[in-house]
Amino acid sequence: MSADHLPEHPDFLWRNPDPKKSYDAVIVGGGGHGLATAYFLAKNHGMTNIAILEKGWLAGGNMARNTTIIRSNYLWDESAAIYEHALKLWEILPEELEYDFLFSQRGVMNLAHTLGDVRESVRRVGANRLNGVDAEWLDPQQVKELCPILNINDNIRYPVMGATYQPRAGIAKHDHVAWAFARKCDELGVDIIQNCEVTGFIKDGNRVTGVKTTRGDINTEKVGLCAAGHSSVLAEMAGFRLPIQSHPLQALVSELHEPVHPTVVMSNHVHVYVSQAHKGELVMGAGVDSYNGYGQRGSFHVIEEQMAAAVELFPIFARAHVLRTWGGIVDTTLDASPIVGLSPVENMFVNCGWGTGGFKGTPAAGLTFAHTIATGAPHKLNKPFALERFETGALIDEHGAAAVAH
Amino acid sequence: MLLISCPNCGPRDETEFHYGGQAHIAYPENPNDLSDREWAEYLFYRENTKGTFAERWVHSTGCRQWFNMLRDTVSYDIHSIYAMGQPRPDTQSGLAPGAPTASAPTSSEGV
Repeated sequence: MSADHLPEHPDFLWRNPDPKKSYDAVIVGGGGHGLATAYFLAKNHGMTNIAILEKGWLAGGNMARNTTIIRSNYLWDESAAIYEHALKLWEILPEELEYDFLFSQRGVMNLAHTLGDVRESVRRVGANRLNGVDAEWLDPQQVKELCPILNINDNIRYPVMGATYQPRAGIAKHDHVAWAFARKCDELGVDIIQNCEVTGFIKDGNRVTGVKTTRGDINTEKVGLCAAGHSSVLAEMAGFRLPIQSHPLQALVSELHEPVHPTVVMSNHVHVYVSQAHKGELVMGAGVDSYNGYGQRGSFHVIEEQMAAAVELFPIFARAHVLRTWGGIVDTTLDASPIVGLSPVENMFVNCGWGTGGFKGTPAAGLTFAHTIATGAPHKLNKPFALERFETGALIDEHGAAAVAH
Repeated sequence: MLLISCPNCGPRDETEFHYGGQAHIAYPENPNDLSDREWAEYLFYRENTKGTFAERWVHSTGCRQWFNMLRDTVSYDIHSIYAMGQPRPDTQSGLAPGAPTASAPTSSEGV
């Protein structure tokens, strides 16, 4: 095809302004959470003189590296509330943002392979229903009916004993989600500043008054940190600590295939989660590497074990080829729940600790974090996720309970 | 996959080991005197260094002994492996807290 036949280059979805000298608020981190926070600051709180600072390119960190699964079937009340709110927002955001980012509510299955899994799963289905989250328990035959390519025979090491199923869960196109938020942020007047790394904070006593960056100093009334795996690095610059450990988390895709996988299947016990992207790639995620790491890559044995589990569960995957593997850096907490709230520094706020589950939480993180930044107090949904819980002991322990190991 | 030199068994694949997190965390000397904040620090707060990090590993499928390791959390290079109870070796020009004497094993080729 010659250049004459190519369509016109589409309009850019956002400007690339130079940073101003001063803003009412600065969001550090131009991933999904930073973008969603800026969007809700502008839309819900009328704060439009704000900037998002991104050290690399827009949504090039974990937002570009996750497996795009969206669900809200968490066990504990606090988690179910915030993730279910996120899911309800996912349902209306394509219209609100005027951008179809292909949110596909194809359902998510969480397999049970042991008696312990079965008991945990049935309990979680009950808890979900009490919290208004759609959930069902499926026996192996029902599992097979929903996902015919799954092996439910007892010829594998951990046979499928059933599954929980959330019909409203699904996947979305992560890049398009970021672009949808970015375009709306830009329309509302938010400055999205890429290639602008934060190198320090300017403080007056214990109050933050500005941000030092590779593109100059910026004065600001308020700072919101949305830096996922690098949250500890930023907190250290600001003079406080976070109970966060950064780990590599890997994922991979196969080459393109005809549609074979109608839903999303996650298995905590053998540790793999699989969906088929809109284009046709099989998308699979693993668990985190055990060691601390910022290298955006993990060890090969982790994806090797993940493939072994996938091929046992889905025998037709045996001939599929891995196209690409990659890693992101996730910010994990000891209770596998996020931290969204105030920080020990005045006018500085933290949104971190989402670990392996940040993508699905994006809209609720943005909504509640924007509320916290604008009003100086948490929204009722993120109040339980305060940093203080590590002192009070009011932990929200989603290890295992969150339908996936961390 | 990391290639880790166990002080007792020599170089082995990472899959033979388990990770133990940050090294040199002592149990509080007077646990009854600790405030809630101090307990939180002891239980939940760990360094999350981007760079050279002192951490513990155990050779689970070998000698089953614990040891300490200095590893770069960005390049994943292993700088030093040293025994439990030994202070962190000095790998920088500036002295690390509790810097050891010259006799401490600091070989990057493994011990």
